[in-house]
Amino acid sequence: MSANAHHHDNDFLFKYIFSTDHKMIAKQFFLTGSIMGLVGMLMSTIFRLQLGYPGESFPILEAFMSNWAPDGVLSPDKYLALVTIHGTIMVFFLLTAGLSGTFSNLLIPLQLGARDMASGFMNMLSYWFFFLSSCVMIASLFVEGGPASGGWTIYPPLSALPEAIPGSGMGMTLWIISMALFIVSSLLGSLNYIVTVFNLRTKGMTMTRMPLTIWAFLITAVLGVLSFPVLFSAVLLLFFDRSFGTSFYLSDIFIGGQALEVEGGSPILYEHLFWFLGHPEVYIILLPALGITSEVVATNSRKPIFGYRAMIGSILAIAFISFLVWGHHMFITGMNPFLGAVFTFTTLLVAIPSAVKVFNYLTTLWKGNIRFTPAMLFAIGLVSTFITGGLTGIILGDSALDINVHDTYFVVGHFHIVMGLSGTFGMISGIYHWFPKLFGKMLNKNLGYLHFWTTMVASYGVFFPMHFLGLAGVPRRYYANTEFPMFENLYDLNELVTVFAIIGAAAQLFFLYNVFYSIFFGPKAPQNPWRSTTLEWTTPVEHLHGNWPGEIPEVHRWAYDYSKPGAKEDFIPQTVPLAPGEIDESKEGIPIPGEHH
Amino acid sequence: MAGISPSVDKNNLWGGGFSPFNVSYGKIMMWFFLVSDAFTFSALLISYGFMRHRFEELWPVAEEVFTHFPFLHGDHPLLYVALMTFILIMSSVTMVLAVEAGHRMNRNGVILWMALTIVGGLIFVGSQAWEWYHFIHGTEWGALQLADGTIAQWVDGAKNAFTLPNGTTMSGAEAAAMIQSGTEVYGANLTVNEYGVPLFGDFFFFITGFHGTHVFSGVVINFIIFVNVLKGTYEKRGHYEMVEKVGLYWHFVDLVWVFVFTFFYLI
Repeated sequence: MSANAHHHDNDFLFKYIFSTDHKMIAKQFFLTGSIMGLVGMLMSTIFRLQLGYPGESFPILEAFMSNWAPDGVLSPDKYLALVTIHGTIMVFFLLTAGLSGTFSNLLIPLQLGARDMASGFMNMLSYWFFFLSSCVMIASLFVEGGPASGGWTIYPPLSALPEAIPGSGMGMTLWIISMALFIVSSLLGSLNYIVTVFNLRTKGMTMTRMPLTIWAFLITAVLGVLSFPVLFSAVLLLFFDRSFGTSFYLSDIFIGGQALEVEGGSPILYEHLFWFLGHPEVYIILLPALGITSEVVATNSRKPIFGYRAMIGSILAIAFISFLVWGHHMFITGMNPFLGAVFTFTTLLVAIPSAVKVFNYLTTLWKGNIRFTPAMLFAIGLVSTFITGGLTGIILGDSALDINVHDTYFVVGHFHIVMGLSGTFGMISGIYHWFPKLFGKMLNKNLGYLHFWTTMVASYGVFFPMHFLGLAGVPRRYYANTEFPMFENLYDLNELVTVFAIIGAAAQLFFLYNVFYSIFFGPKAPQNPWRSTTLEWTTPVEHLHGNWPGEIPEVHRWAYDYSKPGAKEDFIPQTVPLAPGEIDESKEGIPIPGEHH
Repeated sequence: MAGISPSVDKNNLWGGGFSPFNVSYGKIMMWFFLVSDAFTFSALLISYGFMRHRFEELWPVAEEVFTHFPFLHGDHPLLYVALMTFILIMSSVTMVLAVEAGHRMNRNGVILWMALTIVGGLIFVGSQAWEWYHFIHGTEWGALQLADGTIAQWVDGAKNAFTLPNGTTMSGAEAAAMIQSGTEVYGANLTVNEYGVPLFGDFFFFITGFHGTHVFSGVVINFIIFVNVLKGTYEKRGHYEMVEKVGLYWHFVDLVWVFVFTFFYLI
């Protein structure tokens, strides 16, 4: 009883607030991440209103945002602020911390057979740094001049000179502080995930018996450990440029007709540092979503995942290549065309492991005994968006083609589909699938279907037309395109996008209602609702500190023994010992000396 | 549920299986943290390298900047930084001896060698402060910042002739006019640097400062562990792994200094 000796379980403060239990921390990440996600989504609908109906008055905006939208029209500088904070929140707070924080925390100990994370205390710190970071980011909305407004990539000089634009003052400082806290949170969390996967697996849980979710979370954590420190360096240098008069990123700047004294730096340096994080960040978002999809697709196809080892290999390959491609964000910075060609080559290499993953999802579905649960639909939705967004990625990764559509809505459409939608679909799929494990209750299935179809249609409705806008040359981040006669016949398309954006945002209300209603009034979850093989479904439905009431179960097989020929049931849990003569799939393909099967 | 919760402590967390590195989770954590920190420093040093490359002609020569040695007059290029580097490396040696004494459960050995490590670290941090002081203070004559921002060095104390970065020496009436329009600068800070481009000072202060922060936090952590050793915490625990973990951090900080030293002073 040592863990409970110093406090009681009914002690609210330690059970719900300063909990060191990974399941509670997962819920905390889920809640905070979701709230941030809702804020980010609301922002996007507000600036979409301006883009769809430029200059039109929406009195409700003034009621909510007062001087941000005088006379009901969003002001240009606040439009930029909303775009910036929308991007920041969605990329970092929802899809990095919200996604990894929820599922790595929940599933790593449960699927590996561990009592908790290696260090519960560090895990708690990780959440609280994330919480602080979220608070600082939200607080930056309310300071003088508004929040950071230079785009989520905060390129200097807009971000480096406090007098550059309204959001470059206090708002930008808070953005940097918030990100520094976020990086600490990410580091603490990632270190914990990595060592837990390495050291706390139960007996029999070899690396090749781990579910693909765990592989994805492990590699994601490694990516975070290797890429966030570089962003840390970048924002520290930026902080010095802003506050202490250095000129790492600044040179030959005139502001209000006055030449500044700063000299010698280069904003391109910042772009290199930023995108060295920025590209792996895409996979920090995608890999957990893909891991969740692997698990959900296999479970609901009642088939082993196709090419388990190829899946691991492609995760590793994607992670490795992701560090060599950052230059494809910078083709128009005056980069040497030869270097551009090198980055084109490495970028297109990513298509190979990505295609392996898509192929394996499709072949897992092929002739499966498919159950279309809401989780499964979102997982299949992810496969769809991953393909669509991946194809436009090939266009953008090619320097010759990219230059034509750089900084247009084509890019916006591309990354929202491949990273935004895939990441979100993966996360939602995970929530539908593991809701019984998170909260011990079942979600309403029909609301789930309604949620999926409205979301799916609205998502493509929002982002697909953006490719046409981009090919027509509509630049991203512009407050309004009404000043350009050449875009006149695209007004309707922009309006359509806005209508779908509002529908898509409204569709999330089904999900919200479903989640909050079910937490309190949903039917109690059965022990193993999806008839899944993995270890998390052997723990009691009611959460228990330490996860298993007795001994930790031993693992005897891989995680994908679905519909095994000769088996009575269409799934065999990992805890069931191998029958005499039964093939151990986790050892397939590796010759083990002195062993024949 | 309180009744049936099994106890969760470090001893029963490990459920078997096979650890790829066959070391405790704390040590793996430290290694991954160090890899992460190495990326932070790499980002800074690579940035430094690229920016220096842009100003190859104008970049100050370290031998001409860091020439002071306490209590000695005259030029002693890089002598002091060599000494402080030696002290830092020696503190790594004493740390190794502390870890080794820990393996033998020799508490007095750990106390002795850790104390020496802490002293070495403190000397290094102090030396860095001293080095900064002289860099900030600058030379006796200072330098001339021309109207376009270029730094020119005086030929002698008379301050009527100066040498431009490209090597040409200016004197006479032309020089007098340029001196008139320029300003005298002394020492280095984040915006001005009498030795050459300000970026040299920016990177010098930032990177050595960032490294110094690491050394200082290392000294603090070492001190905490040292107090625990004195209290006999690890004697009771049966192993001195904590000493080993802070040792990893200490060696890392020393290793980073070797790179900082090489790139700022030697090359």
